[in-house]
Parts: sequence; C-alpha cells; structure tokens
Amino acid sequence: MHRLALASMEIEDFGAVCARTVVAGVEAVCDPLGALYLPETRLLVVSDLHLEKGAAFARRGMMLPPYDTLATLKVLEAVIARHDPAIVVSLGDNFHDRVGSAHLPEVFRAKIADLARGREWIWINGNHDPDGTVGLPGRSADELHHAGLTFRHEPSLLSPLGEIAGHLHPAATVVRREKAVRRPCFATDGRRLLMPAFGIMTGGLDLRHRAMTGLFEKQSLVAHMLGRDRIYSVRFANLRG
Amino acid sequence: MSIIDSAAGLSLLPKPFADWFAAKGWQPRAHQMELLARATAGESLLLIAPTGAGKTLAGFLPALTDLTRRGRVPPGSAFTGIHTLYISPLKALAVDIERNLMKPVTEMGLPITVETRTGDTPQAKRQRQRLNPPDILLTTPEQLALLIANGEAPRFFKDLKYVVFDELHSLVTSKRGHLLSLGLARLRRLAPGLATIGLSATVAEPMELRRWLVGQAPGVESHAGLVTAPGGAKPIVTILKSAERVPWSGHSAKYAMPEVYAAIREHRTSLLFVNTRSQAEILFQELWNINEDTLPIALHHGSLDVGQRRKVEQAMAENRLRAVVATSTLDLGIDWGDVDLVIHVGAPKGASRLAQRIGRANHRMDEPSRAILVPANRFEVMECQAALDANYLGAQDTPPVGEGTLDVLAQHVLGTACAAPFDEDALFAEVTSAAPYADLPREKFGRIVQFVATGGYALKTYERYARIRRTAEGLWRVSNPQVAQQYRLNLGTIVEMPMLNVRMVRRGAKGTVGRGGASLGKVEEYFLEMLSPGDTFLFSGKVLRFEGIRENECLVSQAFSLDPKVPAYAGGKFPLSTYLADQVRGMLDDPQRWGQLPEQVRDWLALQRDVSALPRRDELLIETFPRGSRHYMVAYPFEGRLAHQTLGMLLTRRLERAGRRPLGFVATDYSLAVWALDDLGHAFTIERPSLRDLFDEDMLGDDLEAWLDESFMLKRTFRNCAVIAGLIEQRHPGQEKTGRQVTVSADLIYDVLRSHEPDHILLEATRADAAAGLLDIQRLGDMLARIRGHIAHRRLDRISPLAVPVMLEIGRETVAGEAQDFLLAEAAEDLIAEAMGEAGR
Repeated sequence: MHRLALASMEIEDFGAVCARTVVAGVEAVCDPLGALYLPETRLLVVSDLHLEKGAAFARRGMMLPPYDTLATLKVLEAVIARHDPAIVVSLGDNFHDRVGSAHLPEVFRAKIADLARGREWIWINGNHDPDGTVGLPGRSADELHHAGLTFRHEPSLLSPLGEIAGHLHPAATVVRREKAVRRPCFATDGRRLLMPAFGIMTGGLDLRHRAMTGLFEKQSLVAHMLGRDRIYSVRFANLRG
Repeated sequence: MSIIDSAAGLSLLPKPFADWFAAKGWQPRAHQMELLARATAGESLLLIAPTGAGKTLAGFLPALTDLTRRGRVPPGSAFTGIHTLYISPLKALAVDIERNLMKPVTEMGLPITVETRTGDTPQAKRQRQRLNPPDILLTTPEQLALLIANGEAPRFFKDLKYVVFDELHSLVTSKRGHLLSLGLARLRRLAPGLATIGLSATVAEPMELRRWLVGQAPGVESHAGLVTAPGGAKPIVTILKSAERVPWSGHSAKYAMPEVYAAIREHRTSLLFVNTRSQAEILFQELWNINEDTLPIALHHGSLDVGQRRKVEQAMAENRLRAVVATSTLDLGIDWGDVDLVIHVGAPKGASRLAQRIGRANHRMDEPSRAILVPANRFEVMECQAALDANYLGAQDTPPVGEGTLDVLAQHVLGTACAAPFDEDALFAEVTSAAPYADLPREKFGRIVQFVATGGYALKTYERYARIRRTAEGLWRVSNPQVAQQYRLNLGTIVEMPMLNVRMVRRGAKGTVGRGGASLGKVEEYFLEMLSPGDTFLFSGKVLRFEGIRENECLVSQAFSLDPKVPAYAGGKFPLSTYLADQVRGMLDDPQRWGQLPEQVRDWLALQRDVSALPRRDELLIETFPRGSRHYMVAYPFEGRLAHQTLGMLLTRRLERAGRRPLGFVATDYSLAVWALDDLGHAFTIERPSLRDLFDEDMLGDDLEAWLDESFMLKRTFRNCAVIAGLIEQRHPGQEKTGRQVTVSADLIYDVLRSHEPDHILLEATRADAAAGLLDIQRLGDMLARIRGHIAHRRLDRISPLAVPVMLEIGRETVAGEAQDFLLAEAAEDLIAEAMGEAGR
C-alpha cells in the first residue's frame, strides 16, 4: 500500500527514486509506482492492473472490499501525471475477469476516459481478459511491436530479445541478517523485462519460482525492487546476503 | 476421601451403580454425589476439581443414571433426539472419553448408546447419527456448529437434557469458546429445559465460568451453581539447584543437561515441558547427545506429523517411553500411562500453566505430583521461584473469558441462515443470551448482519451478489445452496499460519533430488523464505538439509551439520504473566526473600545493589552507560518481551525526534536496551529529553496507532478475523486454496480497506482483537501510569550486572517492520559498489 501513499506525495527529483535500465538497447526508467517509461518514444507501460478484482470475487460469494479499482486508478493517474506519456500500454490482465470491463461502474469508466484523453491507449489482452475491453477508449491487441520492442502479456520462451511482458507478477526476496523482505520488482537481464503487477490487490511470485525458469540469464539478471519510496536495484546473485 | 453416607444421596444411585461401586470397592465421592443430586434437580453446575478427582465420571453420572431409569427406547417409537451432549476441546480427548465411559456402561450392562462425532467420523456414520442419534454424543465445538447449522437441528436436539463441557477453563478463553457460547445459546432455544455441567481445573475467576454456563437476560446476571472437589495432595516441586554455573541469558538450559538426564534415569516416565517448539527441538537434541543408555526419549509438538504424534502417544500410553519432550500440545487432560515426574525446562511464564503441567504427573489425586523446574538463565531462577511460591499459595493467572468477538459472530449469523431463515431481532435476543455477547449493542449486531450479506461496505455495489437476503416476510435467508456449502467448508475459528509440509528425500549422486519419502510435519513458510538450498535446520529431532520447495512441499535430506539453523516458529512464546512479573519485582526489592535463591544468583543481585541499584517494586530503574562507541540505556519494566518490543519501538521514535540518534533496541521478558550515538545519560541529565517526558503515557497515542496500523501483528490479526468472519475463504468448493494465496491477499485487502474505509466493522473487530490478544499494550499503559514520577536514573560508567542478560541478546534480535527498507538499501548498496567498481575499471 506504500504505492498509494507514494502516489499522493510530491516528488521533486524523479531521477533519484527511479532506476534506469536498458532493454535490447532501448533506454527505460523503472518508476517505484510500478510503471516502466521509455523516454525516447514517450511510452508508458503498466501491467496486470486486475481492475474489478474485488467485484470478481464478490460475484463468487467473497465480499472483498470494492475499493481496489479506485485505488489502482489513483496510482495510475499519479504515474501518468508524472511522465505525461504520449502512449500508454496496459500489458494484459487489465481486468480480473472476462465480465469485468462490461460491469465497470460508470464513475471508473469516466476516470479512465480522462486519463486517456490526448494520448494513444493500447489494451493488450491477457489470460484473465482475452476478449478485450468493452466501452473504453483505446484499442485492443494481442501484441504490440514498437521501437524495436515487443509488448505481450505472457513471456514467450522463443523470442526473449526486446520483450516486455507481464503475467507472472515477479517479486524478489532480499535476505539479510536472517530477515527476509519480499517486494514486487521489474526483472530484467538486458534482453527481456518482466513488469511487476500494477493492480493494488495483486500478489507476487518469487523470481526463484519454477515458472520463471529459463526466462533470464541469471548472471545479468537484476531485480529493480519497489521500495517504500524508491526503487532498489539488486543483482539476482546478491538477493541472499 | 470423604464419603457421602446420607440415604438421600445414595438413593439417587440406581441399583446397578451402587452395585458397581461396591464391586469395585469404591465409594462415590462427595462432589460426585452433590453434583448428581443438584443436576438431577435441574440445576446447571460448574465442577471445579483437580486432576484425578473423578471429574469425568462426575460429569456423566446425571446422564447415566437418568438414561438408566428411562431404559432403552423401544423400536418403533417416535424419533428420539440425543439426551446428552459432551463437548471437548480436543478430538483425541473425545475419543479417550468414549473409551473411559464405555467401561462402566458395559460393565453395568446399561441400556445406553455412546458415540463420538469428530472431523474424522466417516460420512456414512454421520448420516446414520442424524437419522438414529445415540443417547450420548461426544464431540467438539466445530462439530456442534455444523450440527446446529443444519435444518434438522431442532429435531436432533429437542430431547437434549444435559450438555457437559470438559476442560471448560481452556475452552472459554478463545474464539472457539465464543463460537461455542453461541452454539449453547441455540441449544437452549431448541431444548429450553437443558442443564449444563462444566468441568474445570482451578481458575482465578469461577464466577466468569458460572456465568458462561447459563443464559443471560438484559440487566440480570445469572450464574450456574458451584461444586468444588477438595484439592489433592500438594505437589512436590523443586528448582534444580545446579552445581554448574547458571548462564546470564539464553533459553536452552544446556548447562543442566547432565542433571536433567540423571533425573530421567531415576524415574519411570518423565514429561519434559518447554515453552516453544524450537526449544523442544534443541532440548531433544541435547538429551540424545548424552543419552549413553539409549533410553527411549521421544519428541512431541504441534508441528510434527500427526502419524508421528499418534505413535508417541501410543507408546506413552503403553509405558514404553522413559521421557517425552513436549510443548503445550500435552497440556490438556488425556490420560498418559504412569508419568511420575514432570520437568519444566525454562520458566513457566504463568502460575496457572505451571499448575496444569505439574498436574500431568501422577494422575492419582491422593499422591503428590513431583516436578522439577529448570531455569535457563538467572532471571528465570527468580521467575521459577516466584511461580513456585504461587503454586503453593494457590495463586492463579488464567486469562479472562473476554468479550465475544465479531468475526465469530459473523460466522454464526451465516450458519444460522444456513439452518433456516431467521428473524434479526429474535436472533439478537438469542445471541445476547450468551454471556460473552450479553453487552453487544443492537446497532453493531445489525452491522454484522449487513457484513454477512454484502460485506457491509459504505460503497454499496454488491447488493446483487448478496449471500443472504431478506424475504418478503422480513426473514434473512441464504441466496443459494452454494453459500451453505461454502460455510460448511470454512467453518471454525482456528486459522493456521501458511505452512508447508516437510518431506524427506534422498539426494542423488549429482546433487539431484529424488522422489518423496516420509512426511515429517509442517513448518511456517516465512521461516523457509530465509533458507537457501544447502542450509541446515533442526526439525523433528533431526538436522535437515534444505533442498528446495516443490509444489506445496519443503524438501529436505538428512544432514550431518553440527551447527544447524533452528526453526523459528510463530506464536510459540508465552508472555510473562503480569502476576509473575509482579512477584519477580517484589523478590528483587526484598533481600529477605533472596534466601531461597542459589548463591550465585544472590551474589549477582548483591553486586548489582553495590554498583548501581536494584529496581524497586513500584519504580522504573533506568541505567545509562557508554560502551564502545555507543551509549546505552537499559530499562527494567518486567512486563514481558512483547510489551518491551513495543516500548522499544516507541522510545526509539521519540529519541529520534529529540535528535539523540538512536540506532536500535533489543528486548527480553525483563528488560529493554536502547542504544544511540549520543550520550543518553547526559541527555537525560540536562532533560533533553527528560525521562519523565520520554516515558510519558501519551506515547501510546498517535505514535502507537501509526505503528500498529503498519505492523505485521495487526495484519496477521486481520487475516484471522477475515477468515473466521468469512470474508476470505480458506477453502472453496472444488479447489482448495493454499495458505500462501490467503496470506498475500489478506495483507493487500487490509491495506485497501484501511485506506478507503478505516471504520469498517472488520477493522473494528481486528483492532479490538489485537488489543485483547496483545494484552501487552494494556500492560504497557498500566506500567507507564504506575511509574509516572517514579523513574530512578543511574548514570554509570560501565555496564551493570543486571544489564548483562539483555546486552547479550544484542545481535541475536533485529528490529522488524521499519527496518525492512533499510535491508533493501543495504542489498542495493552492494550493487552500487559493484557498479562503481566496474566504472572505475
């Protein structure tokens, strides 16, 4: 929840709290709010928003708080205001279930329209919402190729070079002095980059989990971890002290 | 033993009973006859009796005699519901009681059917029990909740005459007790004539239990009658007076192992109690290291595999073991063979717990129990002495029953709807007849019903997904059958930390991991997160090598390391009870009482008096001294480790604000050390800040609130409440969620809810729960009030004798919570240093 607090803070020097990285020769900035910004093309990437997750659970009888969409959009608003991108790419699992975007309350729909005004907005389809979005600005696609990078929801085992993907909700665990601290992270080995989940009510999967096997060159893998008020970059080999 | 000889008393016993007692050469005991007479007359009763006093038989006599008079129900009669319900806190105890009860029933040839119903009872038998109930049903609180959530409950319970609660003192203090009290309220409505019989060990407040047993009405307190059995022989308790040096700190009591082993050798069967599971592992290991006679010594704690625990219990019952190392899993009254010695390693932390554990030795009340206390460090020597004095004085420090919690109420409300549509006002009347809920405001009850229906959020978007809805007649009913199915799957009040099964595997030649072997038990997930493959730890009495996590299992192999990391289990540490803390303070303040203490401890205290001062009973002693490049402050509040940790966190914040540059703190059960870059002694002398301001009660205001909301403790409490209240399911029909998924989302849900609806009913429940569960905050408040104006500051030029134990803890403990990002920064600095190196090349 520190991201929500962080979203409402005035930050003078973005450079100090963000981390720079390079993916397949393209410069990128990891923002501690959980978004990736490509300055050259003014493109902002967020992944796994999982909007309407609370409502999706309520439909199945678990009355989770109905505030997650609002909170996620607040953080999204802050990160868009900060970088003022020309293009926004939402990298799939934009909604937690198939009917999510159709059932979206009007007030949130209007909010998204506000955020998209004057920008290009691309919804990449995810496994939770493969049918695209209903009644929202922007266009839907399964993949996007842009500026030498490929944007897709699920990382592909075949073509890692220049891939920006989500889906796995990567998180890294730092162990120091017999204490473990786990945080969502951007994970990159310089060839591909996995995005942290942006949705406020989403969990994480450790980089050491089997699902991550074969995705990265371990030697050059760096976890850009989302700290309380900045990104902490830790080499994979250094996670455990 | 006193014998009842009045004709009136004996006439209560039907002939088969009188003959049976006579044939055994026994006499019914006075309390058994008194209870029989009064319960037969329809009175609800609390029986307080020590172990071995024939409590169980006493509890069942009214039912057995009544059923004998009634005779067997002739075939073809109208449906007859159960006559007597027996509720036990443990499944195993219910099974044990069935064995014990069947003995007299068979020997006397009584026309009575007795059956158990637990989580292990096969579906077919449950079905049969519903159609053809036994006369006496032995069960657990969870099973009762399931039974009353069924539409057939009115028929099943209509003939209920007695409800017997075993180990009532341990049942009522938990959320299980709250759920049970609501179940009892329902039973009273279904069978208005029933009488309750509570069986209990000695407790501090019998009135609370007596109130719990009967229905309450607004403005009037009602109580069950009281029957007391005379106490048995006084236990013989000694403190191990070791020839070895008692260490300053630590919890292993390693120094005393040869003497402990000698004691085991001299007795038939010994029970060794410790306070935490990791202590149990260490003690077990240490004993086997010196077990030259290879005595059969076993290990028993809650994380071990069930099959393994049952094996130990079986061996114990058959007297095949010489000793068992155990935690509180063996506290309650299952009958174990012939235990003739209880050894308590480490301080007991509470006088009642000690009495209960000592009672495990020698289950015959006419012979004294024998027990040896083994303090692990010098402070524990005093604590053991205080507990020992308390045991002789009969002082008790059992926890209070506490107000009924709201999460449990939510679960009960949903269960009620699953049984039949209910009227909100009628249910409110029933709920408030249960003692723990007697003071529940109507408005709060309404909010709980709303919570059950749609989550009770200020933002009303879930109406169309409601789990319960109002019918045209104004009754609440479940929306669809899945709701009832979900309720039954998730019922109960015991929420486990996410745990992973530990499985032994064989390592292949190239370090590959083989297929699964035996399951050893469960270990908390957060502990495993700190391990890397190759690390070793102590579990199930073995040193294990961590191989990795596969699916939901932790794979381990046999290791030969001599220096294992030790499992750190959550919630294993009991806080020092307020009563014992006060006794220890009193002992320190009164050199007259030092005579009971070993010479080395006396010398230690005398030296402290000479170089600094001893903490007075109603005073807070603060010592400040420099050491190395740092300045230390040591305080001696004696309020338990958890309270001290909270205090340490709050003091550090204040010192930080005062610009004194604090670096860290560490807490023990007795004292607290804070260290800083600035000279704290000097700062206090010039009153920047003054000690009076530093320890002002207002620290429990905003600082505490801010910290609490962020703390792991509150999140864990929220998770428990959310699971019990049914906000988060542990299990969903068709797909079992793993503990991991529940934790992750519970923390996130907590954060979202706290930031958007901070006064939501579940957050209210969480805070109330945390405040009650963590009596430490209350203790801290009481302490700060007590010491106001009574702070004694000693500025020393070096460490004092009394400060040594807490100073030795430095480095073993680090601060949690706020330090998290600090650890991240540290890890990130590594990378920066590396990057700088690369740039320079």
